[in-house]
Amino acid sequence: MITQGITGATGLFHAKGALDYGTQMVGGVTPGKGGTNVDITLENGSNVSLPVFNTVEEAVKATGATASVIYVAPPFAADAIMEAVDAELDLVICITEGIPVLDMVKVTRFMEGKKTRLIGPNCPGVITPEECKIGIMPGYIHKKGHVGVVSRSGTLTYEAVHQLTTRGIGQSSAVGIGGDPVKGSEFIDILKLFNEDQDTYAVIMIGEIGGTAEEEAAEWIKANMTKPVVGFIGGATAPAGKRMGHAGAIISGGKGTAAEKISVLESCGIRVAPTPSEMGATLVSVLEERGLLEKCKG
Amino acid sequence: MNIHEYQGKEVLRQYGVNVPRGKVAFTAAEAVAAAKELGSPVTVVKAQIHAGGRGKAGGVKIAKSLDDVSKYAEELLGKVLVTHQTGPEGKEVKRLLIEEGCDIKKEYYIGVVVDRGTGRVVMMGSEEGGMDIEEVAAHSPEKIIKVVVDPAVGLQVFQARKLAYDIQIPAEQINKAVKFMMALYKAFEEKDCSIAEINPLVVTGGGDVMALDAKLNFDSNALFRHKDIVELRDLDEEDAKEIEASKYDLSYIALDGNIGCMVNGAGLAMATMDIIKYYGGEPANFLDVGGGATKEKVTEAFKIILSDANVKGIFVNIFGGIMKCDIIAEGVVAAARELGLDRPLVVRLEGTNVALGKEILNKSGLNIVAADSMADGAQKIVSLVK
Repeated sequence: MITQGITGATGLFHAKGALDYGTQMVGGVTPGKGGTNVDITLENGSNVSLPVFNTVEEAVKATGATASVIYVAPPFAADAIMEAVDAELDLVICITEGIPVLDMVKVTRFMEGKKTRLIGPNCPGVITPEECKIGIMPGYIHKKGHVGVVSRSGTLTYEAVHQLTTRGIGQSSAVGIGGDPVKGSEFIDILKLFNEDQDTYAVIMIGEIGGTAEEEAAEWIKANMTKPVVGFIGGATAPAGKRMGHAGAIISGGKGTAAEKISVLESCGIRVAPTPSEMGATLVSVLEERGLLEKCKG
Repeated sequence: MNIHEYQGKEVLRQYGVNVPRGKVAFTAAEAVAAAKELGSPVTVVKAQIHAGGRGKAGGVKIAKSLDDVSKYAEELLGKVLVTHQTGPEGKEVKRLLIEEGCDIKKEYYIGVVVDRGTGRVVMMGSEEGGMDIEEVAAHSPEKIIKVVVDPAVGLQVFQARKLAYDIQIPAEQINKAVKFMMALYKAFEEKDCSIAEINPLVVTGGGDVMALDAKLNFDSNALFRHKDIVELRDLDEEDAKEIEASKYDLSYIALDGNIGCMVNGAGLAMATMDIIKYYGGEPANFLDVGGGATKEKVTEAFKIILSDANVKGIFVNIFGGIMKCDIIAEGVVAAARELGLDRPLVVRLEGTNVALGKEILNKSGLNIVAADSMADGAQKIVSLVK
């Protein structure tokens, strides 16, 4: 794992957070700072010195990294993603918020036929509790276990994870796909991975207003998913035409309302939490009905 | 970011998109001067506000003389227009577009958007111009033709030609329509538009193809590379509290309710509004203080909420990740001390440094109601403002 933008304040702060959590962070990239090192003192008192490279290709050659996390400023972030894709990394996670949407249109075109999976941008990242943390989420709220969480929103992911952990239910992985309209991975991409993952027994999918990704995911779940999925859709009270923080969260042309999404989810057999405070409780009730609660608490 | 029709037409003109000659006017005298300069037999006086549906609301007038221009300008300037997009309070007209009239033979629709499904720019056209395109989509979707643009090469001439033929542009005007579409796409791409909508596109009696209306929206994430577009921002069209919030990089949207909300994270902020409504309350705003808020930013956010006279109570809902609960608590206490806390305040803190945050609130001596969860907090603030 490498960090692109490691010499910036944000990159450095979260590189330390990843190392503290046990993630195998082996270096970083900042053009112009190649050949230097960043020295990080971890919470346990030990010191780590990470090499900095000018290019991703160089970093990959020297360290054997297969994944990258990007904390590069918005005007340069699309370029950073394409550089990582060009270096044939397996996984690239872009945390950066505020990338122009036409830049992302070019990025997704550039990625066609390439092997890299991109998560984000404008996302909290990915965590496999007690193993690997890539991103900006608070690690300590998570617990190792068997529920997958996938979400367009960072803080709502934390909210769901917290509700699970306090009920003694751990998570297999929590994935934030990000709040932008054009992004690397959609719900279906992550749901497929959870469906194939032996350690995942159930999934919470957290959507919001705007677009039709939740509806498409619901149809996919109905046709393919072998594990129970519980949903929540944020933005039931959002007015049309106003962008609710995320570039992707906007009701336009009467499309993408919460009511429409909830009705499609429910018609596909997905139980939807009535409030964001009840995501955990809703999952528990579904797990109980399916006889999975004890397995998920184990 | 939105701009006015006359500004949108100016941007399009720079790219070679054919638009009627016209000029902006802020007074009736300017309107008459502009009409005189245009010298066309028929002049259109168009109210400039950031909302659609102006024609139906009486914001577009056809003048056959300079006296007419003067009369209509007097009538429209200062008038509050209520359209289906302004909300019931409407918007005051402060600017007019004075434009040459044109002899419309037929109206069409052309729009350019980013399609989230394909992750591509899509140009759409319809022969049902002048109508609400959403209505066309609802009653006759087959009349909306789409072409998907490959970003590696941009819109191709064959695509524009296909679109022009498919929406029944007359054979003699096909080349002009293609030129129009190519120029429109170039403007969309180079200026980082999120929407470019021409409704109607018209074919005139004289055989011209031109944009009778123009609605351009810009991607706010891309404004850093378009200083010229930023200059077109009209603060009169925006909510004063939203302008204040944007100075501090806070994401704020004013709503109609009476419960002020301060939340970190856009998703949680939206969900907080939802849960307030679920328990019978009405949120007064959407406010995301962001992930890296400082004490000062929190204080400013609090001030903006309190400046709304409709706010009868405040709900602070924080799930600290990078955002530490003690920073939020310090900001809330500082703002409450500075401004005086005259309304109920419910605070729910969770996440990083939560114990420290709660201690700061408890020791402040302020009348703050603590909540254990989102649901608990929402129920408490709803009952307190009743």
